Amino acid sequence: MGKIVLQGVEKHFGDVKVISNVDLTVEDGAFVVFVGPSGCGKSTLLRLIAGLEDVTGGRILIDGVDVTDLPPMKRGLSMVFQSYALYPHMSVRGNIGFGLKMAGLPKDEIARKVEAAAATLNLTQYLDRKPRQLSGGQRQRVAIGRAIVREPKGFLFDEPLSNLDAALRVNMRIEIARLQKALATTAIYVTHDQVEAMTMADKIVVLNAGRVEQVGSPLELYDRPDNLFVAGFIGSPKMNLVGGRIAEGYGAATVGIRPEHLLVGREGDGWRGTISVAEHLGSDTFLYVDVKDVGLVTVRTQGEAGLRTGDSVVLRPDPARLHRFDRDGRAIRAA
Amino acid sequence: MAATVNTRRLARAMLTPAVVILFIWMIVPLVLTLWYSFQNYSLLNPANVGFAGWTNYQYFLTDPAFFQAFANTLILTLSVLAITVIGGILLGLLLDQFIYGQGIVRILVISPFFIMPTVAALVWKNMLMNPNYGIFAWIATSLGMQPVAWLETYPLFSIILIVAWQWLPFATLILLTALQSLDEEQKEAAGMDGAGFASLFVYITLPHLARAITVVILIETIFLLSVFAEILVTTGGGPGYATTNIAYLIYHLALLDYDVGGASAGGVVAVILANIVAIFLVRLVGKNLEA
Repeated sequence: MGKIVLQGVEKHFGDVKVISNVDLTVEDGAFVVFVGPSGCGKSTLLRLIAGLEDVTGGRILIDGVDVTDLPPMKRGLSMVFQSYALYPHMSVRGNIGFGLKMAGLPKDEIARKVEAAAATLNLTQYLDRKPRQLSGGQRQRVAIGRAIVREPKGFLFDEPLSNLDAALRVNMRIEIARLQKALATTAIYVTHDQVEAMTMADKIVVLNAGRVEQVGSPLELYDRPDNLFVAGFIGSPKMNLVGGRIAEGYGAATVGIRPEHLLVGREGDGWRGTISVAEHLGSDTFLYVDVKDVGLVTVRTQGEAGLRTGDSVVLRPDPARLHRFDRDGRAIRAA
Repeated sequence: MAATVNTRRLARAMLTPAVVILFIWMIVPLVLTLWYSFQNYSLLNPANVGFAGWTNYQYFLTDPAFFQAFANTLILTLSVLAITVIGGILLGLLLDQFIYGQGIVRILVISPFFIMPTVAALVWKNMLMNPNYGIFAWIATSLGMQPVAWLETYPLFSIILIVAWQWLPFATLILLTALQSLDEEQKEAAGMDGAGFASLFVYITLPHLARAITVVILIETIFLLSVFAEILVTTGGGPGYATTNIAYLIYHLALLDYDVGGASAGGVVAVILANIVAIFLVRLVGKNLEA
């Protein structure tokens, strides 16, 4: 259980509109990721759902019940904070069990549930330690343990991995995704890292300046971006966006082509340019090609193509993978 | 290598005068006090001088005034600690909320700490507690009640009130800064965990304040064991020995009874008692300061 519905949610801080008119349905058991650049309002939206901030307008429903005016604890959600927000003077056991203790559960039941949660997260041997005696990854797992032990209707994650180093982040990403599938509990996850968004989400919500730009599965956003913002935000390296004469040739104000959808040749028709930088990653090579009238174009080629800095190349966009956008930045779709 | 040795030697040489002066400053009075405490040395009886053995200690420790002074010292210290810590937490919680004119309110709350003990005590004695023209008496009469002669009827309680008023700002200041350092996300996490106002205070805020409370208790105790000016200008230790603490008793022996030997013995006893209290305190609350 845990279907979360937002209806016309607004949030203003004084005169500043942080969230404007967000409609969104998070299905029960789904893993939804809010992604966007910093300051886009994704954390604020999460805090509105949590009840840590009051909405200025609109309604929030959880399982059909209007929770707009309910305090955080009555909403049945649990949250993992960016700083983990562990209680420093309590042991891991105390931290994980705190919510149950507040709910007034009997001691033996709390102990049983805490042990179970700790076992799921490989924390059993650390149960009697204080948070300061744990590593970053372990603290993270305690924070997650505190969230799962209450068997909430939904988990809210506020950039939980941003304080971890790169290797650990990949591990925790997989662990969180697997845990969420195993528990089949609705999860909303906020991140600015689009790799996290692409890998973890069932559904991604792209936010920009307090508005929802597009909602869809990772591949939908990748294959069919609704607008220039989503096209530029999703995908790494970024989509090449070209305006001017070349775009007009395709009947659009701007055309976009992903680095992996450009064919590189030595001869023939296409965009002729010079390789200004070649980055060799082993599995891939990123070429930054200076093309006249277009600018710097990023190209991704598989393996080592024997291309070097200073080589002259011809780029041919794959016409089926070309994205066209009108003057307002909206995608032009073939009818 | 030679350079560091020379630097160290120079540093030691330059430190020496300060260390020597401090050493003399401390050791001379201590040795003198110890010396006098074993002498017959009364200004009222200048002929009777000489080694006294433990007589001075015997007299001091069996003096009924000593027991009362000891009890008064404990009552005064503990009461003021209780009032300032509890009051400081409450005031700190209030001041932690946003209000207009926050800066001015905070300065006003802190200000009693900047008033000299003598002045504060005189203000309390004459402007507030005086049964004829004090503000408390005026309030009592306007409510149709009999004015209370605070310093005569409730002498120790009045002293406690005055001293607590002076130390409340200190406690508030330390506890307020501690409150402000409490992580906002921790409070939110506790809120999500279902902690209401009371549980939040008991399980999150209070443990967070533990270290600050320890600091307040340790520092205040050092000063509260030797409260003197407030007693001297208000009650003069009386009525009887009702407001005499150990510091005041020693003053009484030396400068009112002119018994230098007895007062010195009292001083040594006071030092020993203060050390016992300090050891207890550090054992009891000092563990909060670790890590």
